[in-house]
This record gives sequence, C-alpha cells and structure tokens, in this order.
Amino acid sequence: MSSTEIERHSYDVVVIGAGGSGLRAAIEARARGKKTAIISKSLFGKAHTVMAEGGAAAAMGNVNPNDNWQVHFRDTMRGGKFLNNPRMAELHAKEAPDRVWELEAWGALFDRTKDGKISQRNFGGHEYPRLAHVGDRTGLEMIRTLQQRVVALQQADSAELGDPEAMIRVFAETTITRLVKDGTGAPRIAGAFGYFRDTGRFVLFEAPTVVLATGGIGRTFKVTSNSWEYSGDGHALALLAGADLINMEFVQFHPTGMVWPPSVRGILVTESVRGDGGVLRNSEGNRFMFDYVPDVFRAQYAETEEEADRWYTDPDHNRRPPELLPRDEVARSINSEIKAGRGSPHGGVFLDIASRRPAEEILRRLPSMYHQFIELADVDITKQPMEIGPTCHYVMGGVEVDPDTAATDVPGLFAAGEVSGGMHGSNRLGGNSLSDLLVFGKRAGEGAAEYVDSLSGPRPAASAASVDAAVAEALAPLERAEGENPYTVHGELQQTMNDLVGLIRRETEVKQALTELEKFRERAARVSVPGGRAYNPGWHVALDLRNMLLVAECVAQAALERQESRGGHTREDYPAMSAEWRKVNLVCALTGDTVSLTRKPLPAMRLDLLALFETAELKKYMTEEELAGIAPPSAPSADAVSEEGH
Amino acid sequence: MGYMAALKVWRGDAGSGALTDYKVEVNEGEVVLDVLHRLQATQAGDLALRWNCKAGKCGSCSMEINGRPRLGCMTRMSTFDPADTLTITPMRTFPVIRDLVTDVSFNYAKARSIPSFTPDPSIKPGEFRMQQEDVNRSQEFRKCIECYLCQNTCHVIRDHAENEAPFAGPRFLMRVAELEMHPCDEADRRDIAQDDFGLGYCNITKCCTEVCPEHIKITDNALIPLKERVAGHKYDPLVWLGSKISRRPAKAGTPAVPGKR
Amino acid sequence: MTQVSDAPARTRAQISERTLRKDRWWQAPVVVVTLLTIWLTYATVRVFTGHWYYVPKYHYLTPFYSPCVSGECVPGSSTLGHWIPAIPPIIPYAFVSLVFVLGFRLTCYYYRRAYYRAFWQSPPSCAVREPHAKYTGETRFPLIMQNLHRYFFYVVIVISVLNTWDVAQAFRGPDGNFGFGLGSLIMLANVVLLWCYTLSCHSCRHITGGRLKHFSRHPIRYWAWTKVSWLNARHMQLAWTTLGTLMLTDLYIMLVASGAISDLRFFN
Repeated sequence: MSSTEIERHSYDVVVIGAGGSGLRAAIEARARGKKTAIISKSLFGKAHTVMAEGGAAAAMGNVNPNDNWQVHFRDTMRGGKFLNNPRMAELHAKEAPDRVWELEAWGALFDRTKDGKISQRNFGGHEYPRLAHVGDRTGLEMIRTLQQRVVALQQADSAELGDPEAMIRVFAETTITRLVKDGTGAPRIAGAFGYFRDTGRFVLFEAPTVVLATGGIGRTFKVTSNSWEYSGDGHALALLAGADLINMEFVQFHPTGMVWPPSVRGILVTESVRGDGGVLRNSEGNRFMFDYVPDVFRAQYAETEEEADRWYTDPDHNRRPPELLPRDEVARSINSEIKAGRGSPHGGVFLDIASRRPAEEILRRLPSMYHQFIELADVDITKQPMEIGPTCHYVMGGVEVDPDTAATDVPGLFAAGEVSGGMHGSNRLGGNSLSDLLVFGKRAGEGAAEYVDSLSGPRPAASAASVDAAVAEALAPLERAEGENPYTVHGELQQTMNDLVGLIRRETEVKQALTELEKFRERAARVSVPGGRAYNPGWHVALDLRNMLLVAECVAQAALERQESRGGHTREDYPAMSAEWRKVNLVCALTGDTVSLTRKPLPAMRLDLLALFETAELKKYMTEEELAGIAPPSAPSADAVSEEGH
Repeated sequence: MGYMAALKVWRGDAGSGALTDYKVEVNEGEVVLDVLHRLQATQAGDLALRWNCKAGKCGSCSMEINGRPRLGCMTRMSTFDPADTLTITPMRTFPVIRDLVTDVSFNYAKARSIPSFTPDPSIKPGEFRMQQEDVNRSQEFRKCIECYLCQNTCHVIRDHAENEAPFAGPRFLMRVAELEMHPCDEADRRDIAQDDFGLGYCNITKCCTEVCPEHIKITDNALIPLKERVAGHKYDPLVWLGSKISRRPAKAGTPAVPGKR
Repeated sequence: MTQVSDAPARTRAQISERTLRKDRWWQAPVVVVTLLTIWLTYATVRVFTGHWYYVPKYHYLTPFYSPCVSGECVPGSSTLGHWIPAIPPIIPYAFVSLVFVLGFRLTCYYYRRAYYRAFWQSPPSCAVREPHAKYTGETRFPLIMQNLHRYFFYVVIVISVLNTWDVAQAFRGPDGNFGFGLGSLIMLANVVLLWCYTLSCHSCRHITGGRLKHFSRHPIRYWAWTKVSWLNARHMQLAWTTLGTLMLTDLYIMLVASGAISDLRFFN
C-alpha cells in the first residue's frame, strides 16, 4: 500500500470542528436528512467550548422579566461599539432563548431559579442577568449535551437503519489541511482533504458543502486562554479557498487571565468572579475601575463603591459596578494600572472575591475557579485575592458570512461560531459566544442543507491536481531532511505577535511585526520534523504553522490599517474612536500567496433597529451624515428611551 | 530556581515499547505537561502526547505518572522530589497508539450503548421546570470531563480485559445514574444497568473516586445509589410485594439497549 | 474510530511491572488486615467465652451478648427472655443478633471495599495489578447476596433499639434507681456511635430519600436525606470507630464482671 494512498468518504455535509457550533450545525444538517460528517482535531467532546465558563447569554427574562431581545440586541451593539453586523446581532438576540431551551430538552441541566426555570447571571455589558449557566462550567455542559444529542441521533439511526453512523459520523483526531474545489465549471466546494492524526493516513471527504466551525486563533499569541487547537485553521482554509475574512484586527484580550506561575500564564479566570461580586484592586488597594468608565458608558455605571455594591441586590435602582464594563475596557484599564506601576508582584492586578463573599458561596458558585487556583497556584480564592492580567481570548474577526444562512462567498462553504466574523463587531460580550455558537451553528446546518437541496446535476468533484498538491504540501515537512524545528518557529511567532500586535498597538511595532512575519514565512517553509506520520505532534505543528502565519498576517495588516481605537483594537497612536472608521469593515483576502486588505462599508442598521437607541447615544458613534439620514425618533423609540430607565 | 529532572517516558507503539531516559529542565510552578512539552520542543519532536486545554477542563492529557493515573496538566512538579526519577507511561487499560497516546474508542462505544435522555414528549422546549435540589445530584456527575482515568483505573477491566464486553465502567455507570436521577427523565434503566452494563462487576473498591480529577464522588453518589436502586428493583421482595398491593401508575418501561443484538 | 487497514494491531502498552507506583500503596491493606484480624480474633474468643458478659450489680450487658436467649444466661441478662433452655457451646448465646450484626457489617459497602482490597487483593490498591486470573465481582452467587444489605439494615435497626434498652438499664444503680458509672458512659457512647454507623449506611441513605427522583416533592424526606448523607460521608470513620468502641465496651464489662477492676461510679 503506497504511503500516499487516500481514504475516501462521501457526505452531503462535512462539518469541520466539533465544538458548540460544529455539533449544532451537524445536528441540524442531520435533522434535515443530510448525511453528515463531523471532523474533530481532538477527541470527541474535548473541543475548546468546554473551557467556556460563565454562561450562554439569552434574553429569557427568567430572573429579570424586563429583559427581551431588544435589550440584548442593544447590549450587543454597544459592546461591539456599533461595528457589529446588525442583522447577525438581531438574529442572535432573537433566537438565543430557543437555542438554550432546546439544550434543556436534550438533557442539559442548568442551574435553576426558585420557580424552577433556568437561572441567569450577571455579566459584563449585559443590562440584566442573562447568562444561563451551570456553576462555572457552562461550556462543558453545552458540549456534553450536544455530544450526547449526536449519540442519541446515532442510536436512533442504529435502530432504524442498522448502522449508528449511517447519517452522522464523528471523525475524531482528524485534521483538514485543504478545502478542495470543483475541478470544472464554477469554483464551488467539492470536499475537504486532511489526515488522521493517529496513523497519519490521508483522507478525502467528498462533499458539496463544508461548514467551518473551527474556532479561533489564540495559539498565534503567547499569553492566551486558548487550547492548542486554536491555530486559525478555519480562517486559513477559508482564505485558501477564496473566501474573505473581516474585522481581523479585533482580538479580544480577556481582562482576567492567570499570571502566576509562568506555566499557567493566560489560563482564564471567568468573568463570573466579577459578575458574582469580585472586584479589581491595584497594589494600593483601590478599586481603580471607577477611574476608567468611558463617556459612552457613563450613564449606565455606578460612580461610587456604595452604589456599585447596592446594585448586586437592587439592580433596578442602582447602576452597575464598573468592573462589569465590556471586556475591552477592563483589559485596557488593567494594562494602564500595571504600566503606571500599580500592579501586583507578578505583573497583574488583584481580583478579590475573598473579602466580598462568604467562602461557602464562592465554593458553590465558582467551584472550578477554586480548584484551578488551589491546584495550580497554591492560592485559596476564598481567603486570598487572585493575581490576574489580560490574556488573548477570542477573535471577533473571521470569515465573512451571510447572516441568515452562514454562507460565505464561496458556493458550498459555510462558517459559524468564532471562525465567522461580524456578529460581535469590535468586541464580544461575555456570554454571547456560547449563544452565538448555537444560533449560527443551527443556521449554518440549515444553510448547508438547503444548499445541498438546491444542487442539480452532477455533484462537484475534487480535481486530481488539487488533491495531489494537498498531499505534497502535507508531506513536505517530513521529507525535508535538514531544517528548523517547528516548535521553535511557533514559539517565536507567538512571542512576536504578543509583543508587537498585542493588546496595545503602535504603528512602528505593527510594521515591525509584518517584517518579522515575512521572515517567519521563510523559516516555516524550511521546517523539518523527525519521525513518521503516526501521531507525530512535530508534524502537526509544522502543518499548523501555515495557518497561524496567514492569520497573523491578516491581523497585523488590519491592525496597521485601522487608525482608531475601538473594542479589541487599541492604537496608542490613535487613541480615539472615529465615527468615520465605524463605517468600514476591513476585508482580508488571499491572492496567490499574497494577503491583501480592502475596505468595505459596514452593512447598515435597519431603521426599526436604530429606533431602539436614543439619538444621543447614536451621536457618540455615528457621523453627522449618518444621523441626518435617520428619521426623528418616533413613538416606539420613546418606549425604548423609557426602558433605559437609569 | 530551575533544575534538571530525570524522566523515564514510555516510548513505542502497539508492538513494542520501552521506558526511555531523558533529562529535562523544570522551572518554578510547572506541571508535568509543561515538562513534557519542553521535552517535545527540545529533544523529542515526535513524542506523541494528547493535550488540549492545559487547565484541567478537557480531560485529554490522561497518563500514569509514577504509576498513578493523573492528568499531566494538573500534576505539579513541586509534588515530586527533584532527586527522584519520574516515570511516565500511557494509560494501561487502553490500547496504545504511540508513546503516551492511547486508543480510547472503547469509551465512545460504551457511551453509545446507554439509552439517552428520555423526557416526557409532551413537554416542549422552554416548558421544563426543575428545582435546584432535584438537579444537584445529576449536576455533580455532569462535571465529568471524560478523562477516562476512572475507566483506566478500574481493576474490573484494567486487570481483566475479558470484562470489557459486559462492563461499561464507572464513567458510564455514572451516566446511567445521572439519567436515573434526572428529574425529567422517564426511562427506567435499572434492569439494564445490572444485566447489560455490568453494575454487579463493581466491587466498590473506590479507585474511580480516588483518581477522579474533578473530585466527583463516583462510588458513594453514583454507583452505590445505583446498586441500591437495582437492589430495590430486582432483589427486594418487600418492594415487589408493595408494588403488587399499591396501584401506582406503571413507570415508563425499560428502553432497549442501543446496538444490542 | 478511524478504521485504517495498514495500521499496526493495537494492543495495550506492554509493561511488565505489576505497578509503577512508588508510594507505600501496600500500607493501607496491611493495616486493614492487621486491625480486622485482631478485632475478629478478640470478638470470636469473647462470644464463645460464655462468661464475664454481665455485671448484675450495675446492669451492664455487653453488646456481644445481647439478647442473651439461652436458659444458661446469667440471671438478669436476658432482656428478651429465654428462648431455649440450653445451646451447645459452638453457638454464642446471642446468636440471634450476632448473625445479623455480622451480616450487616459483612455486606456494608465500606467493609466490602476494605476486605475486597485488603484480604482478597481485588485490587490491593489502585493501579496495582490484582493476583486473580478471573473476576466476576458481585454478579453471581455468593457475592450477589451483597444486595441483601438492606435486610440486615432493617434487622440491625431493631437490634440497635435493643442495645439502647440495654444502655438504659445500665443507668440504674444497684438499688434499681437512677445511677451511673464509667461503664454506663462507655455503653452510652458506644450505642450513640452504633446508631450513627447504622444510620449512615448507604442503604439507609437510599431508603430515606435517595430512591426519590424529585426531592422537591418530598421536603421532609429530602431534609432527612441531607442529614443521612452528611453522616454517610463519615461512614468509613464510623465503621472503624464503632469496632473500637464495641471492643472497648466489651473489654470494660469483661474486666468489671470478672472482678479484675471495679466500676468507677459517679452516682449511685
């Protein structure tokens, strides 16, 4: 048997990624009668979704009945600094409750309210308690529920068709390296090429549709809360297949990652710590967040510690503590405190819940945080404050998709979840990710199924040449006898991105990063790995380098281009938010081997959605011309104003 | 601060393998997984190793460290004497793929054999009402990160591979318990827990609980309560008599075991 | 999961060592074997001794002889009367209760763990290979009988009531009025701990509330279940403590009954 022999499988829908959005998409495609493959880089049920802690935002109104989709939509737009695709934010806010309730019908066990409904917790940027949660392990609950739903469907297929994998099959520990397109006619998707990690054997999935659900790009940065899987595979596969990425300059640095000991630097400390009463203090013991409330949020946040503390028990008559500002604001504030010399001993600031809540409550509400700190850092969070600092957490940018169907510009290619862009604008609110996965995962499954139904004539077929090229590309690092160690290249790339295109960006540094990236590309083309193809992590890293470099290039180029500060993009040389720049999406595409950037207008917000905001608020974000185009506030917007209350 | 640790790492694949000696640098605060990563990046680029989150949340880096089943990411180097040699081997119960990576498909097959959540079909999404005290028990079991350390440690299959067919292992017996205690599940898995999933093989020696990185009380809260439920159902004449006398509405029946011929 | 025809056959890692554990894993089984052997030897000798089990003056009856149902029992020691005039010496006087108390402890989920590990080496300790070629656990006779634990529990509840009655008797002085000595207090402590051990049993936890699917519909049973669960978490400690107090109680009564020491009286 030749070493390049390829195993072939034929499916209607191939979903790349087995996290929240991938599984939800696969469940939907299967429900619509499509033969579906789920491809997972790691074992089934280990996807990065398990690390989501806080919850899934959905305006169910279980805890505060004033909540509804309009309020959620407003919060999302504000969090994203009005750069979100408004249609995506709208669909998300409207459909999230149904998606969460559906999980419950599949066996999920969320924490409960007194009247037996799903409990909801407070989170940064959300006006009302909105996050459905299970302690601080909501992502695990979600992935397990979806995983068990897939198993339930397989059991049904086994009973009906005699084969559990007749309609939906999971290919675990399988990596896709290339999407393949139709050899003839229109450039549409024909399948996906990759390898099984355990044997190194190549595999070609022949399918007219591919749903990208590969998550984010955090492994491009050194200090990150993301797992190794987050090497930007979907972003890169989309680029290579001819799709566009948008908003890649917006990378969310979560304000609270662990900082000590060095080996755990970056591991996430859930925002629930603050939602449940934790406060940030500098080395002088001050709750410094009161000094950093930006003008656009001034009206919604408390000005004194007393008011902030009252809010936890009486949210209707007090304003929120500033620790619960959107993540970009908090991360920047922490960064400023550290730079001003008011940081903690290990270069972070203090996050204190020990002095604010009884030990028993901390253990009940934040069990895995307790566990994480006691086991990894010898810190008892019921007695001592935590030391935390910003960590690369999420990329707002991603594949440009149609909001309703999750379709990209490449026929047959769909994207959902973190790999897609637009939904979160320039900054994602905590809790909006899990609900995003479900809402757009389902829509992607639906979109893919409809696309399959719309096909007529012979199915697209992968060209032999493209498959041969994919094989050659994959084998290259193994065939180079002499070359650099891929781990070294990866480590240095992470350091460069962290230092030069991190939380705070400057023109000179980003330019330097682009020069460095050029060198990294040359080095990556020369890496060689020892050993064979069977479960060889060195080989896997070597192949992932291509993806990380492509993604890094997009991030750096877009970061250089956007001359303003907004959400997950902070330019020290352009510290203000610019209404002109708000109208622009930066689009990253690949022409040949070259990554290029173009500008594209942001999709406009419908008037009925605009009417949900006060004109005074819109003025903070929009240009005069844009405001002139909006009709004067009508009756419904007056309602919206009174709903604002405080 | 750092020191050079002596490591013996099992390298090989199905056919053969051996403990290989390495010297690797260790820094303050590091865990075993950090040291293995350094070994991988500097001396053994092709060392096969499974890991994901490095935060004890995904359950990928299960291995045996000095003979004890552990997660590599949650085992601090400071718990060992720097002078001692650390022995790192793959999980013994599962077939090895390469080095520290094992084939855990046994567990996925077992997962697929447990009849799934079976709610009252008349309840629509959004209409479920459950009290916190009714979900607490199953929530504990749902903390499981599926690291399969319990499956690996359980002597029923670790020392007796022939029991792999009749015995589902602690993780999946706990899954049965979780569904039995789920306030909205209507199926009755007591018979099949004993007959098809091998609850009787468990001799409650508690190694599953001992190795659980999530500190789930598998034996006391899942397996023994399940044994008691089975005992009440299958081996208790008083209960049998009571069910004959009182006319309680019949519970939903025992579901078929998926995939069973 | 991925069928690949040219993959090598997958077998477990071939590691010949029984265990690679470097800690003293054998310590716990050795301690358990030692302590249980000492206790069983003591208890066996005592239940067949046939004397020094009752202190008529202070109404102290050792739990090992309660109820004393033979006509040969010392006057005053037979709380439940004489059921048979005489029994052969190979049967203890309190055989009616002993058989159930023994059965209760033998089928107890904690003791099962202890003796399966320590005596039967199945497994001796976690991740240490056991020395048996075959294993069927509790799936067949005789070990399937372990499922009868709850019946022993029901009977032991009755025996615990009897033990409590015996303690009440021990709070009568020589004149029949209230009075107590060190023996009374030891007996009291013993019976309190016996109750805790009995009520902390996993079967009790199941019967109290564990069998319910909806705690919220049975608030009183739920409350009781939380209390039993609290005790249940201490079942192992109680199992060992009560072995100690049983032995201590019996030893004290034996010494007083044999005249080796005299009871320390506090009142009457």
